[in-house]
Amino acid sequence: MTIVNYDQRLVKTKNPYPKGPNEWKRFFSFNTDAKVIGIQYIVTALFFLLIGGLLGMLVRGELITPPSDLFDPTVYNGLYTMHGTIMLFLFLFPILSGLTNLLVPPMIGAPDMAFPKLNALAFWLVPIFSIILLLSFFVPGGPASSGWWSYPPISIQNPLGKVINGEMLWITAISLSGVSSIMGAVNFVTTIIRMRAPGMGFFKMPIFIWTVLAAQMLQLLGLPALTGGAIMLFFDLTFGTSFFRIEGGGDPVLFQHFFWFYSHPAVYVMVLPVFGIFSELFPVYARKPLFGYKFVAIASFGITILSLIVWVHHMFYTGTPLWMRNLFMFTTMLIAVPTGVKVFAWIATLWGGNIRLSTPMLFCLGGLFNFIFGGITGVMLATVPVDIHVGNTYFVVAHFHYIIFNTIAFGIFAGIYHWFPKFTGKMFYEGLGKVHFALTFVGATLNWLPLHWAGLLGMPRRVASYDPEFAIWNVIASIGAFILGVASIPFILNMVSSWVRGKSAPPNPWKAIGLEWLLPSPPPHENFEDDIPTVLNEPYCYGLDKPFIEDEEFYINKSFRKD
Amino acid sequence: MLTESKNLNLNHKPGHIKHDGHNMTGFIIFLCSESIIFFAFFVGYGVLKITSPVWYPEGVSGIEVKMPFINTIILVSSSFVIYFAEKCLHKKNLWGFRSIWLLTMMMGSYFVYGQYLEWSELSFSLQSGVFGGMFYLLTGFHGLHVITGIFLMSLMLFRSFIPNNYVKGEMGVESVSLFWHFVDVIWIILFGLIYLWQ
Repeated sequence: MTIVNYDQRLVKTKNPYPKGPNEWKRFFSFNTDAKVIGIQYIVTALFFLLIGGLLGMLVRGELITPPSDLFDPTVYNGLYTMHGTIMLFLFLFPILSGLTNLLVPPMIGAPDMAFPKLNALAFWLVPIFSIILLLSFFVPGGPASSGWWSYPPISIQNPLGKVINGEMLWITAISLSGVSSIMGAVNFVTTIIRMRAPGMGFFKMPIFIWTVLAAQMLQLLGLPALTGGAIMLFFDLTFGTSFFRIEGGGDPVLFQHFFWFYSHPAVYVMVLPVFGIFSELFPVYARKPLFGYKFVAIASFGITILSLIVWVHHMFYTGTPLWMRNLFMFTTMLIAVPTGVKVFAWIATLWGGNIRLSTPMLFCLGGLFNFIFGGITGVMLATVPVDIHVGNTYFVVAHFHYIIFNTIAFGIFAGIYHWFPKFTGKMFYEGLGKVHFALTFVGATLNWLPLHWAGLLGMPRRVASYDPEFAIWNVIASIGAFILGVASIPFILNMVSSWVRGKSAPPNPWKAIGLEWLLPSPPPHENFEDDIPTVLNEPYCYGLDKPFIEDEEFYINKSFRKD
Repeated sequence: MLTESKNLNLNHKPGHIKHDGHNMTGFIIFLCSESIIFFAFFVGYGVLKITSPVWYPEGVSGIEVKMPFINTIILVSSSFVIYFAEKCLHKKNLWGFRSIWLLTMMMGSYFVYGQYLEWSELSFSLQSGVFGGMFYLLTGFHGLHVITGIFLMSLMLFRSFIPNNYVKGEMGVESVSLFWHFVDVIWIILFGLIYLWQ
């Protein structure tokens, strides 16, 4: 099925970014090339990973001893709020937008995104709202300290009475981040629906494209609810309305509904592209076709639909009626079905495969291992009695980090390593990559595995001091956090040094199937330019006698030519 | 490395793609997303109206329906008027398009003016309890969309005077007209919620 419209009258545009000594300057300009924007996103996000990680290490530094001795408890509240906010809105969302920008056009054979200017605008909002968010450290009263969920009535308190306060800047930054995400989502969905290569029907798209489509549709359906809630919160805080104020007849729980209606799907917005990365990488490094391609593809949309009807499981202990708890317990457990389909498909792909343990594969395997663990604790938390018992303890924190860092960030690192040669044209150093993996895996496990026990024993989250009986778990966790901090050194060293003086990468270093691997490394400005390939099969036919595209040889030869 | 074979039957398509269709697709996707914000507000309104112990602020027993109803009729009929403007453009009747388009803009502006009159006569404010906040939030947010619509329409009107530009302008006209219908549908729901459900 071909949906793409071609206009033969248009003449070929020249590459506006010729190679030369000033090439790097394009990364600091309002550039509309999706590949430049992708790298801008990724580098910005990795910078904020360092800042967010630093805040996380400060939090762990405070928690290494039971009393609150390193910081004042108020400062601690600000620290963990900003740690969560930076990690989610300044690291994970931008870095996934970056990977999506880099990968979507080449993977579907499109020259660029559907709306290049909108794309650039969406990126340049990131530094703007990041600065707004970081400025809140310097306003009187300090940054927002009501957690990244920002529940009223705490979040609408304004003790100093100033119009510009940490919470107000927080809401502004989050709303701008929402605007940027919606711009990106409109762009990605339009591009995927309308700009696929001839022959690439929906069931011939790479799984990464499926998951991006599912995730971005979720973004479009969920994010406006949070924006609506944020607008009302802003009014309550700044203009004295009483949407969420009990004394004025409002309802603070209503905000929680708005917040979780988006912020639960938000986890799936982040994890779905990572599922896509897993599905892309396992076949390459196991040299086997992806097991159950169609089921994995459809499961992505199963997750999208189900994740819109599970949000109340975050509110089991905020006075929700019993019927609501039971209903949402049921829907939440249903989500394990499409997710389980994917996990089984990946394991079946690995089964009997010729596995190459290179850095991207190690991160993938580590991520899958952690995901199974985090998924099981997720099912535990979905059960109402367990959730009421461990709610608001470190068990929830540990589960959440097992998904958000140990799965999502692992998948992102795998993706970065896997496609690094393609988009920079340089090979990374395998040894440094393995050191990075070892440190990350050990650090992450030490950091979050012990916290499950601390949580089960009843250690409450969001407080700077705790009972000395939990000390041992926290000491191990803090050591893990510092190891994670050290793990960033080999990563940065690897990325910078191999991009500057690494070995040149061939077009297809991993012998992978996929449209992006038929392009030179790095790909030219408009990817396939005047020769859009016709797709015949899905890109997972390793070892099968099924051709991937028409005239494959022509494209392989073309990808070796450098001009 | 493989050598290039001579007898390949190449039939490749160029990568330059007409953008008109994309704009409309993107705009529809955006509107779907935008409607969720209104949906969130509507749900919030409904939940608070049902559960809140105090709904109307002191001294207010309800709101007047007559003037907003006239306003509603004007906004709803402008949605039909804009359809005729679009038809004129399809028939390449530029002056017909411009005059009917201007009529739509005037109807939209009258709606905003009527809204202003209503606001200035009300005895409660944004801070008057949940109802006050909800009323101004919903009508204000909708009014902002009406003003945006009028602004976009004036932009299209301006573009129609650029020679030979109407092919390009047509896309914009279709999107703006879709936006206007959207604003209209939202108002009908809003009118039902705030004015009829008292």
